[in-house]
Amino acid sequence: MYRYDALDQAFLEQRVAEFRDQTRRFLAGSLSEEEFKALRLRNGLYIQRHAPMLRIAIPYGLLSTRQLRALAAITRRYDRGIGHVTTRQNLQLNWPQLPEVPDILAELAEVQMHAIQTSGNCVRNVTSDHLAGVAPDEIEDPRPYCELIRQWATLHPEFTYLPRKFKIAVSGSSADRALIQAHDIGLRIRDNAGGPLGFEVWVGGGLGRQPILAQRVREFLPAEELFAYLEAVLRVYNRLGRRDNIHKARIKILVKTLGIERMRELIEQEWRSGREHSPRLSPEQLARVRAHFEPPPYETRPDIDPTRGREAPFLAWYRYNTRAHRVSGYRAVFVSLKAHGRNPGDITAGQMEAVADLAEELSFGEVRTTHDQNLVLADVPQTELYRLWLRLRELELATANIGTLTDMIACPGLDFCSLANAGTLSVARAIQARFDDLDYLYDLGPIELKMSGCMNACGHHHIGHIGILGVDKHGEEWYQITLGGAGSGRAALGEVIGPSVPQAQVAATLERIVEVYRDERADGEYFIDTVRRIGIEPFKERVYATDLAAA
Amino acid sequence: MRRILRQREWVIDHWRYPGEPASQTDDLVVPLAELHAQPGQSLRRGGKLGVRLTPADDPEQLRADLPRLSLVAVEFPNFSDGRGFTQATVLRRLGFAGEVRAVGAGVKRDLLLLMARCGCDAFDLAEGEDPQSALQALGRYSVAYQKAEPLPAVERVRFGA
Repeated sequence: MYRYDALDQAFLEQRVAEFRDQTRRFLAGSLSEEEFKALRLRNGLYIQRHAPMLRIAIPYGLLSTRQLRALAAITRRYDRGIGHVTTRQNLQLNWPQLPEVPDILAELAEVQMHAIQTSGNCVRNVTSDHLAGVAPDEIEDPRPYCELIRQWATLHPEFTYLPRKFKIAVSGSSADRALIQAHDIGLRIRDNAGGPLGFEVWVGGGLGRQPILAQRVREFLPAEELFAYLEAVLRVYNRLGRRDNIHKARIKILVKTLGIERMRELIEQEWRSGREHSPRLSPEQLARVRAHFEPPPYETRPDIDPTRGREAPFLAWYRYNTRAHRVSGYRAVFVSLKAHGRNPGDITAGQMEAVADLAEELSFGEVRTTHDQNLVLADVPQTELYRLWLRLRELELATANIGTLTDMIACPGLDFCSLANAGTLSVARAIQARFDDLDYLYDLGPIELKMSGCMNACGHHHIGHIGILGVDKHGEEWYQITLGGAGSGRAALGEVIGPSVPQAQVAATLERIVEVYRDERADGEYFIDTVRRIGIEPFKERVYATDLAAA
Repeated sequence: MRRILRQREWVIDHWRYPGEPASQTDDLVVPLAELHAQPGQSLRRGGKLGVRLTPADDPEQLRADLPRLSLVAVEFPNFSDGRGFTQATVLRRLGFAGEVRAVGAGVKRDLLLLMARCGCDAFDLAEGEDPQSALQALGRYSVAYQKAEPLPAVERVRFGA
């Protein structure tokens, strides 16, 4: 992974010192609430329902064990011993104290971590494929480009006060596990028939209250033009993006208003005018960063069948929580943060330390966070899987539900977030309880359930096969359900099935939905494909046919 | 008497802003609309000529005017409207070598370095902002990740480019 040099480290320490000074001025009353807000957000700090929330950047989801241990220590010292993995691969702390935040940032800086630009109207943490570097279908490892974009975007003088937040994702595989169409800019690495690689560029995606999928703005961008093209897009957006209405300020609205053709013209024109003034991505620069992402020293190992002679629960875990690896004898392992009875994405300090130990022992000392709020140990020898499973099981990190209904995404909701209209955590618990039978979950097959506590859509509900959106109805928490969304493959936005349901009936409603699928599915057909084939009507009919008893 | 921070010096400013009384020989800043309404007349003045952009103005519109301008004032009204950063960048890209002055309530120490790195070389500090702290803030960082005058860019240090 990328290791800081003296320049990166100097920059980061200067950033911490700056924020320490800004916090001091705010607490002394010499910096206004409004101005401090702009500054603290760009350092990851929100003021929430109960306390501040600090969103720590995990660039493209990659962590060393040293960093993970530091996060555990910080979580224990400054919070309540629990962290929350977000849908943008970051880690949130829900209980830090404002005067201590500069100390937290200083401790993060010691392990080359920060919270820079994890919030605010600026270029956010760059996200990527959690199987980068190990996926068999990969064209090229996207992480060097992510790191280069991270550096380019960090305190970019021109683009740190944009109309609204700006999210970039990079995918390097044929299967898109980075959800590029849900991003302001999505970059897809393209093979160039043996020539130098480049990117397919998508622009104008975003969820939130007006969900829109990104459109392709350029078929092929030579890699050396990466920064020049990004600057062209950002410059057009910074000039023309709306600033009069926060709900219309994302680039997706600009693209929608102008149309993709006009947007493309403006970007290309700006690119031509500005490219000689923008940095070029030089081969030296790329080589320097790429050297940080060399594959670990894999041993020569044959592929084996690790399930032979093992018990059924291990077989299930192997099937659901591990993935193929490009190197023989290895496997990528999901560490499920979706244990039934726990908040999706939460991880305790003790679990962080234990995972760090395991990663050191079994996976070359690296851990990844995923956008669906789990962890990945990407390089585990197949011979060690059983031992790893036993250890993860003791840690309650081996729930064999990855890709199933209870591997759901949920934002923190009303329990923590001051934007939320409704709780998500209690609903998640009710769903986990109702779908606690793993065999039933396996019978339902892959289903992506995504839940947000408000229309800002941090839980990505629009692109869930099943989406749940919390709404406030006369002071009560109700939930609107959508079907047919998808973030990758054939990306699509879900369709609302009908009137919202009260909190107590969400789990029962889901059960009706999946029962329709069980009745209607063709042989071996997945949930999303059934929904696409038969449409939402049959689901709607069944869900609203008779009154639901409370769960 | 207005003082501004110019080239890191706390100096008396002789320019007259729109609405301020000015003689024929004073250096005068006019709004963009006025500049474009009376192109010839403005040129006949004795003093130097400057223009003030609002955040919505497109600096490309100044392309033809730049040779007769000694100053362009770019507005930063608060800590959220960052269009001025792009305006300053584009002005320098167009080859403007005169003064690019940051004006407005957002011209405070926390944003000065970003402004400077986009090409602003003069700062009409917001009310109550003290020049000493502003100067310190300009010196807070030793490197930047982008092409970043007055700071050395990380890539240049790394590769000597």
